[in-house]
Amino acid sequence: MSLDYENDGDFNARLIDAVLLQYPDKTAKRRKKHLGVAKAREALERGSDALCETGVKSNIKSIPGVMTVRGCAYAGSKGVVWGPIKDMVHISHGPVGCGHYSWSQRRNYYVGLTGVDAFVTMQFTSDFQEKDIVFGGDKKLEKLIDEVEQLFPLNNGVSLQSECPIGLIGDDIEAVARKKAKEHDKTIVPVRCEGFRGVSQSLGHHIANDAIRDWVFDKREADFEPSLFDVNVIGDYNIGGDAWASRILLEDMGLRVIGNWSGDATLAEVERAPKATLNLIHCYRSMNYIARHMEEKYGIPWMEYNFFGPSQIEASLRNIAAFFGPETQDKAEALITRYQPLVQAVTEKYRPRLIGKTVMLYVGGLRPRHVITAYEDLGMEIVGTGYEFGHGDDYERTGHYVKKGTLIYDDVTGYELESFIEAIRPDLVGSGIKEKYPVQKMGIPFRQMHSWDYSGPYHGYDGFAIFARDMDLAINNPVWGLYDPPWKETHCSDAGGVCSCGRDDE
Amino acid sequence: MPQSAEKVLDHVPLFCEPEYEKMFARKKLKFECPHPDKVVEAQYEFTWTWEYREKNLAREALVVNPAKACQPLGAVFAAAGFERTMSFVHGSQGCVAYYRSHLSRHFKEPSSAVSSSMTEDAAVFGGLKNMIDGLANTYQLYDPKMIAVSTTCMAEVIGDDLHGFIENAKNEGSVPADFDVPFAHTPAFVGSHVDGYDSMVKGILENFWKSTERVPTPALINIIPGFDGFCVGNNREIKRLLDTMGVTYVFIQDASDQFDTPSDGEYRMYDGGTKIEDVKVAKHAEATISLQHYNTRKTLDYCRELGQTTASFHYPLGIGGTDEFLMKISELSKREIPESIDRDRGRLIDAMADSQSWLHGKKYGIYGDPDFVYSMARFVMETGGHPTHCLATNGTAAWEAEMKELLASSPFGGGAQVWAGKDLWAMRSLLLTEPVDLLIGNSYGKYLERDTDTPLVRLTFPIFDRHHHHRFPLMGYQGGLRLLTVILDKIFDELDQETMWEGVSYDLTR
Repeated sequence: MSLDYENDGDFNARLIDAVLLQYPDKTAKRRKKHLGVAKAREALERGSDALCETGVKSNIKSIPGVMTVRGCAYAGSKGVVWGPIKDMVHISHGPVGCGHYSWSQRRNYYVGLTGVDAFVTMQFTSDFQEKDIVFGGDKKLEKLIDEVEQLFPLNNGVSLQSECPIGLIGDDIEAVARKKAKEHDKTIVPVRCEGFRGVSQSLGHHIANDAIRDWVFDKREADFEPSLFDVNVIGDYNIGGDAWASRILLEDMGLRVIGNWSGDATLAEVERAPKATLNLIHCYRSMNYIARHMEEKYGIPWMEYNFFGPSQIEASLRNIAAFFGPETQDKAEALITRYQPLVQAVTEKYRPRLIGKTVMLYVGGLRPRHVITAYEDLGMEIVGTGYEFGHGDDYERTGHYVKKGTLIYDDVTGYELESFIEAIRPDLVGSGIKEKYPVQKMGIPFRQMHSWDYSGPYHGYDGFAIFARDMDLAINNPVWGLYDPPWKETHCSDAGGVCSCGRDDE
Repeated sequence: MPQSAEKVLDHVPLFCEPEYEKMFARKKLKFECPHPDKVVEAQYEFTWTWEYREKNLAREALVVNPAKACQPLGAVFAAAGFERTMSFVHGSQGCVAYYRSHLSRHFKEPSSAVSSSMTEDAAVFGGLKNMIDGLANTYQLYDPKMIAVSTTCMAEVIGDDLHGFIENAKNEGSVPADFDVPFAHTPAFVGSHVDGYDSMVKGILENFWKSTERVPTPALINIIPGFDGFCVGNNREIKRLLDTMGVTYVFIQDASDQFDTPSDGEYRMYDGGTKIEDVKVAKHAEATISLQHYNTRKTLDYCRELGQTTASFHYPLGIGGTDEFLMKISELSKREIPESIDRDRGRLIDAMADSQSWLHGKKYGIYGDPDFVYSMARFVMETGGHPTHCLATNGTAAWEAEMKELLASSPFGGGAQVWAGKDLWAMRSLLLTEPVDLLIGNSYGKYLERDTDTPLVRLTFPIFDRHHHHRFPLMGYQGGLRLLTVILDKIFDELDQETMWEGVSYDLTR
């Protein structure tokens, strides 16, 4: 269901100019490159069939002191890629904080007996003390791995997630990993994801992908009988059960999901990935690297797909099925038909409550584009979007999703986002926990689009119903109408800064 | 197909549907290469044994589920308690994203802080340039009255010198020369968040106190609360008590308004906090009182050096803890404890007497920051309970000694054990081998509740999975009522659950 609308590009361009005025000159110059308005592509240029170009610079160092929302390489590796692998023990190697703040915060659902054969919602750390900084932590790390083996013998491997000091004090965790892997006959993966590396979480994803390539692939003979219908799902972290709501569809069309990376995954699923027929990539940003590697080394093609909202689900199912041929295509069509009544019922119920509502997004590396059509399926319009840690190829892909005039902001600062939201006053903002409460204070409904605000799944048809319900309950809750005390004159803030009553907002 | 528009099933019921259950079984069998169920079962049972406990407690290198955070979190929290103060954390930027998220998840409130966003080049050349640019940007964008600088472990390892850097930045014109930029070195590999709190508060006091002459003001008292996830409720209650007594005081580091701003259409990046003018005045106070000893050791040393009298408490709550606090305040301020507070006290005693039969003899596991655990153990003993396991991952040898002295002071402390430096995976073994009736801690305790079937009462930071508890005080007699109610509710709810289907004992009146 494609929705036809345009955003006020001139207004947005003026808004950017106004916002930049507040910065010191040097900073304004740098930030200017990250802010833009989506422009329509000339027909001739549409080789890539993207409708718009976003024209912003990305994947560049954040500016000190501006309140970036970004995290670090450790967050990208331990928090995103490795953390969800359930039968491994992931050591936050260094001081206690990193593991503490990331403990259980990504909602990577899994099935298993925690502390016995699964370890996702636990915080393992070497809790570095001053003496470890001074004398090095390798000896401690060796002992630590022995203790893991003693207390958690059913772990199928250990990953060593480096925090900042590790790379600065010159520890040789690779040597420790090799030695202990041999001793315990286990997979032990050193990951150099120190937080100061790179400009955001993104390099952490890349480093984590490389660690899989270098320390997991081709190391053990996996006993496995492949079939022609084997796929890996790459880049679904099973937040709120997303991967499950996707898997159920893929299995239904006759595919075998032999590995899910990395939500609810076991190490075996990672090890055998090179035996698949096709790699399906959901989160392109965090895992395209390994898919490219598997293509190069094992000849496995990869395909991006999008399981947010019925329009994209249908298109994706058809694309995937086309790869496998008519039999799978028939199954996919049957599947799509079977879910039509649900899609229709959900849309009929929620679309009238949401139609015309405007949304601003600011998320990580995938969802700023991937969820757009799901909103549009419900009649909602995206007025602004941006990535914390997207690259040029993400913004290129974003051109396929956004409408002309959409405000685009890369690595947005706290000040910018607040200014944009205040000026545009969308009906809904979708972003993260740090953004949630400031936005709600302004009286604007909000959904966390990293954690699904403790709801989910949002993937697949089952997820779409939940997504629709959640957007409705966020926007149409009565609390937003209670902000102004009845004994005070009504505030005109709803008028987008221009109010007919002529009363100054301040 | 289990999903429907009429009754949308989210993750809670959806994955219990047979389609999903079957899918999980299929995935496990065909693709996960799991350990045989028997092996898993045997290991699970092994974790319940004394043998496992001994191995678990003997760990020397591995730390599992520690109940502590790192220093800069404490520094960021501390800075939030001062008027229009922006936290500026020098080092890697991911840390700041973590502190802000952590505080927001607990308070359900905005949490602002900036980073100097140091990357690889700064690791080699130092972060001076980041400091210069960063302070200029923060000053211009966020209009603070003060910028409080702390450090991540990255900046500490490479040895950046905050004092010199800030001077440099001022010379470069990042902020005006007379703009206040207090700082504290807060290495994550030393101590915990309580120490970062201490260093930051001390850094702020030094900033304002170092160049002025102290003119002692009799009966003026400073209060420093310490790192407290219940600051919203507690600070207001402590202030109410002091106001009731007519005490003249400066409440140093008051984040109660910062983490409790109203929803009225306006986002306040800054709200409340100790006024800078008041911080200056506080130097002349006769005494400084800390509500949490282990959060303020360096700060109180500094206060003493200046000639102030100091006293410290362990999160004053319950009867004895509150009594001592009020008597000390009375002594230092020369103000009587008024009759209205007698009545508050009497009401708490009255409530404790009404409920004593439900609390007497109950066993507790208690964990959290050292001062909290101390006071909670003391309160539990006042209700006739036994603080069987008292654990503080960031507890020191001195804390352990103090705890043992406390436990020895009451017949209800007999047999209770103190676990300094241990983590929550150790607590798991303790609860499985020596079970208790209730566990007092924070949200992380929910895993212990699940694994050991010990009902959890959430009474300390962080509380992510229950809302608004921090809005109510735990300190003082009023706080005691809250504590008592929350603990009793848990006991009664458990009892009702247990007896609901038995037919007997499901009593209407308890």
